Amino acid sequence: MENIVEIRGLTKRYDRKEALRSIELSIEKRKVVGILGPNGSGKTTLIKLLMGLLHPNKGEIKIDGESPGIHTKSVISYLPDRNSLYSWMTVKDALQMYQDFYQDFDGKKAEDLLQFMKLERTMRVSDMSKGMKEKLNLALVLSRRAKVYILDEPIAGVDPVARDQILDAIIDNYKEDSAMIITTHLVRDMENIFDQVVFLGDGEIILSGEAESLREEKNMQIDDLYKEIFG
Amino acid sequence: MNFDSGLPIYMQIVDIIKTRIVTGILKNGEKLPSVRDLATELKVNPNTIQRSYGELEREKIVFTQRGMGTFVTEEKSILDGLKDTMAREKVTSFMEDMERLGYSRADIPGIIEKIIVEGK
Repeated sequence: MENIVEIRGLTKRYDRKEALRSIELSIEKRKVVGILGPNGSGKTTLIKLLMGLLHPNKGEIKIDGESPGIHTKSVISYLPDRNSLYSWMTVKDALQMYQDFYQDFDGKKAEDLLQFMKLERTMRVSDMSKGMKEKLNLALVLSRRAKVYILDEPIAGVDPVARDQILDAIIDNYKEDSAMIITTHLVRDMENIFDQVVFLGDGEIILSGEAESLREEKNMQIDDLYKEIFG
Repeated sequence: MNFDSGLPIYMQIVDIIKTRIVTGILKNGEKLPSVRDLATELKVNPNTIQRSYGELEREKIVFTQRGMGTFVTEEKSILDGLKDTMAREKVTSFMEDMERLGYSRADIPGIIEKIIVEGK
């Protein structure tokens, strides 16, 4: 199987503090990978490196065969851990912006997703709850025909109904020709959608593997394993 | 849906489907939900459902017809065997619970009979 993401010996330092140390990770197409760890474990740093927003001190990243840059940005659809839309925008404005920015944006898919999320075109971002903003951002991100989807804490701080809608949207939009990377510390709610999990603590990979194999080997669910490692 | 035991999720889904078959929610010869529909219903990765269907097929409880979907077998011997296996598992785990409560295996039939009579 073809690896869409390859990370080798990746190290990132801020001043003297090492935020990530010697990270090795391969991700195949059609896999959903959970990056699990408490706040400050290096999850967001890893994502910023994948996005080309930060540069590594050591090691390399290949996405779709290339280092982070213009090409990789065009094949990654990224959900940041906070709202990325202007507060004056309506849903319609946000749709238009995505349509203008991204060649791979699928307008029909976006319509379907917005309907599923129960978001009206006239709604304004500034009037939305945290859950609604998250749903809008996710609907836009999933409407791109990307090779890699990166979702940074997609269900953090949203109500249970919105959380279920977000999980359903992620499952329904799972694509066989792309990979998904999802960071979360809400392991119990999300573990069932991961093929592969990576436990990240203090900038290092503590454990990683196929979710089902880890359950079998450790005789516990991933959430229990998470509590054992970080508890 | 939360899966609580230490078993892999695909195995727990195999058990869910077996229970649906034995209790008649899924009838003999009936089409199983599509992988995607069941993935959405149970909120799990479609790859996991695919693996569960593969396991059920290996056990000959379901069969796949290319382009049509996955169906419950119509072979009565397999379905009877499935029901028998599930009954044995339930009774075995019940007996283990009773032994933990301090009863011997020989006590169990008497206790069951007493409860059946009381329930009439």
